[in-house]
Amino acid sequence: MLNDTIVAISTSLGEGAIGIVRLSGKDVLGIAKKIFVPNKGSRKLKSHQMRYGRILSPDKNKVIDLVLINYMKAPKTYTREDILEINVHGGIIPVRRVLDIVLKCGARLADPGEFTKRAFLNGRIDLTQAEAVIDVIRAKTEASLKIAIDQLQGGLKKKVFEIRNLIVKLYAKVELQLDFSEEEIEEYSHEELAKEALSIKIRLEKLLKTFNSGKIYKEGIKVAIIGKPNVGKSSLLNELIGEKRAIVTQFPGTTRDTIEEVINLEGMPLQIIDTAGLRHTKCEIEKEGLKRTKKAIETADLILLMIDSSNVFDEEDKKIISDTKHKKKIWVINKIDLPPQLKVKELEIKNQSPVIKISALKRIGIEDLKKKIRELFLKGDISSKDDILITNFRHYKAIQKAANSIKEVINTIEKKLSLEFTSIDLKEALDSLGVMVGETVSEDILNEIFANYCIGK
Amino acid sequence: MVLKMKINYDYDVIIVGAGHAGIEASLAVSRMGLNTLLITSNIETIAQMPCNPAIGGLAKGHLVREIDALGGEMAKCIDRTGIQFRMLNTKKGPAVQAPRAQADKKEYQAYMKKILENEKHLDLRQGLVEKILIKTKNNKKTAIGVATLTKVEYLARAIIIATGTFLNGLIHIGNIKHPAGRAGEFNSEALSKSLKKIGLKIGRLKTGTSPRVHGNSINFSKLKIQEGDSSPQPFSFTTKEISCNQMPCYITYTNEKTHKIIRDNLNLSALHSGNITGIGVRYCPSIEDKIVKFPQKERHQIFIEPEGAQTKEYYLNGVSTSFPEEIQKSFLHSIPGLEDVKIIRPGYAIEYDFVYPTQLKATLETKEVENLYLSGQINGTSGYEEAAAQGIMAGINAVLKIQKKGSFVLDRSNAYIGVLIDDLVTKGTNEPYRMFTSRAEYRLLLRQDNADDRLMHFGYKFNLISRDIYDILIKKQDLVKKEISRLQKTFVSFEKNNLSLRQLLKRPEITYQNLEKIDKSSICTLEEIKKEVEVQVKYEGYIKRQISQVNQYKKLEKQKIYDDLDYNNITGLSFEAKEKLNQIRPISLGQASRISGVRPSDISVLIVYLTKYRRNRDKSKC
Repeated sequence: MLNDTIVAISTSLGEGAIGIVRLSGKDVLGIAKKIFVPNKGSRKLKSHQMRYGRILSPDKNKVIDLVLINYMKAPKTYTREDILEINVHGGIIPVRRVLDIVLKCGARLADPGEFTKRAFLNGRIDLTQAEAVIDVIRAKTEASLKIAIDQLQGGLKKKVFEIRNLIVKLYAKVELQLDFSEEEIEEYSHEELAKEALSIKIRLEKLLKTFNSGKIYKEGIKVAIIGKPNVGKSSLLNELIGEKRAIVTQFPGTTRDTIEEVINLEGMPLQIIDTAGLRHTKCEIEKEGLKRTKKAIETADLILLMIDSSNVFDEEDKKIISDTKHKKKIWVINKIDLPPQLKVKELEIKNQSPVIKISALKRIGIEDLKKKIRELFLKGDISSKDDILITNFRHYKAIQKAANSIKEVINTIEKKLSLEFTSIDLKEALDSLGVMVGETVSEDILNEIFANYCIGK
Repeated sequence: MVLKMKINYDYDVIIVGAGHAGIEASLAVSRMGLNTLLITSNIETIAQMPCNPAIGGLAKGHLVREIDALGGEMAKCIDRTGIQFRMLNTKKGPAVQAPRAQADKKEYQAYMKKILENEKHLDLRQGLVEKILIKTKNNKKTAIGVATLTKVEYLARAIIIATGTFLNGLIHIGNIKHPAGRAGEFNSEALSKSLKKIGLKIGRLKTGTSPRVHGNSINFSKLKIQEGDSSPQPFSFTTKEISCNQMPCYITYTNEKTHKIIRDNLNLSALHSGNITGIGVRYCPSIEDKIVKFPQKERHQIFIEPEGAQTKEYYLNGVSTSFPEEIQKSFLHSIPGLEDVKIIRPGYAIEYDFVYPTQLKATLETKEVENLYLSGQINGTSGYEEAAAQGIMAGINAVLKIQKKGSFVLDRSNAYIGVLIDDLVTKGTNEPYRMFTSRAEYRLLLRQDNADDRLMHFGYKFNLISRDIYDILIKKQDLVKKEISRLQKTFVSFEKNNLSLRQLLKRPEITYQNLEKIDKSSICTLEEIKKEVEVQVKYEGYIKRQISQVNQYKKLEKQKIYDDLDYNNITGLSFEAKEKLNQIRPISLGQASRISGVRPSDISVLIVYLTKYRRNRDKSKC
């Protein structure tokens, strides 16, 4: 508990040009030695000295990133434990990759507020600050709990519960053989149980792949802003990016006509594509631009369909609507600060998609729009095409741990060992998923047995 | 100056109830040298088995082995009075094997009575205890004695209540009900009231038992015979061999006809007519329950178990019921082998009061009343073994407290006894609590075969295990160690590889017996040592993993919580956590973390708070 080495990304995700991965605990130096090679000079790390070098993959074959690291020896550190700070290039991918490698080397993902907690427990923080520390832990825990629960809605929650129930069922079968062998019970052969475990493993791995493809974290949900020229697309883009200064990466568009930005909407990366206005044209350059726009429509996960409320609804608008009718979208009615020409009610009757009224110029309704995007995303209404379910790294780790435990279960069964040896890993698998769904195990197994098997003399 | 009123104690410890809990408690106390009174409502029913005449079984056998290692009597008694011994789950791994034995019921009681009668510091008395005597000072209640129906008062430094199902016991057969502690015995309504009056919260449970029938009316030729093990293994470390004559059990099954009779008469069963308010046992369902809950099951197994060598009574294990006697007879008559069976004692359901065990400390002393201990079925458990385990623990703790020597608490990684008591005092129970191996997280370490290694040093420390016996254990442990190191150092050529015997034994297909064929230099002669060596080597990987899990668990367990902590003053704790923590008053952060409703963030808050508290304390000491 208190002695192990913890790690966390200590800068907020997706903000700033660098990201810091911070470790604290007794194995900090050991982990540093495994993953870091300085570009110049001795490999030995001196306390409180910045070093420049490479982070290598565990097999030492791949350079993950060029980084600055700062090793600080206990006790002159924030936590009074050894600390290592790795300054990584900003952006979600490099930071996460480095974090992943550190985790593979045996560190544990820190709980919310855990660095501060250690600082206090090790006497670094004054007594008078204790209450404040409690508040921090509390607040962070509540917040992360809320986020975790939010993210657990929709598809992922359903899948995790399904798998968890399968494990409970398998576990109950195992315990049934052990605790009630004297009674006339259904016996399950090692083969049957192994088959069940295998199907659980496959489900977990399938779920893991939805993160491995990593689309959300690499690129975010693709959101395309579509509309006639001058409808206010670029203003909206600027509003979405500008307000929180949340630029992560800025790739120049493949043509001058589409620009992509990745923004961080409360931890949810969105890749926003600003497109060229859609209209009929004979100009070759513009034609190419329109081709790109159409491609953007096809690849987008969500369309923000912009309509100018200060103008009448015309043929071009209708064309755009028909071009995007097969897509998930939000109608964004812009320029509501100007006298209206458009009958918004008509639009609402015609379609099922949500309608948000904004003024990009006067910054009206932007928050509503963000809220709506977030809501659609969390409800699972929009997701990437690969059916991405796992978006939270903690969830990913928990499911990965569960999958490994089930692998061990299969191993044990295949070795033809007595079933009691599988229960260690079955329990660990359930504990791992329990972290996600917030439910404990022990009574479940007995409940399952009594509910489904006629037991008792 | 205040003059202290001096109480003239009659005894050091009084134990109320001479069932399986009361006996172990009394023996522990008296063998530790304190003056003991064991008072029971009926001397004739000491060590009674009101349900099936058997000791042990899965997880329960583990408990008996642990009681034995601590110096208890249950294992020795069954070794001398058992009439059929079986090691269960021999086809499974070492952690879930457990001994079970049919008892000669009357012999078992006679043996226990004799042991009690011959105990030096122990008085045995018949009497119905009606009241706990309490002294209140500064709002703190302390138990100082008991009073009986005949108005006799006994004073003592500690009181252990082990009254089983007797508190407000109510027997149901069909729609007839009558107050009783067990069939044919008085219950105790006054004592239940007395416990309520001193501030304990009381709940209601129910359990049931099967009919006993006359052996001469059973057609044994139609039954399947179940023999015991050909070489019965004793429960107790001290027993050299089992010498009782062995008897078989028999097996038969219910059928569709039985089920129809039961279905057609369901409204006559006490359990299904809504007469019973207590909560029943899911794992010990009545035959009525089984038919209702599992209609698809075509038959249910019945074990026909002899009640002893000197009686013709047989216990029908598997058909616990609260039907009127007529219906009991008619459904039994539909069962092969029981067509003409005569019931001697009908089955019945019993409702009784229990004390919510979350009101107890881990020492089994009540939090409300000092020096008052509760053990056995009164705490909501079921089973003779669960009762006995609590009995010996309450006894030892009562003595340690009187002698000001602290307390004796086993944790979840030490013993099934630890799991049992921790579950009771931390989580409580809503139904009669029975032990299962699956309740023990560290099951691979808590084997019946290593109960002595785990616990006998405690028994020895408390003078409940003699030096001679303890020396034998030390010698055995030494031999195991030596043999494992020999296996490590001895190399043989096997399938073209040079392997140590230890490596070889790790292979799933190799047993210790196989090794003996390959290597003739074994120093092991005792079977139990061979077995222990095999377990330790073969399952080393898994055992190591459990040990590391235990180490993880111990970290929180070691962080003690001060007794005077006021949870209401701790900002940051959730409301539910405050409420639960104030109620349970856990002794360690580990225990706190197992209370339902206490979340990990609450534990974090507690860790921080305790550190602050400790530092403040240290500062004020300077």
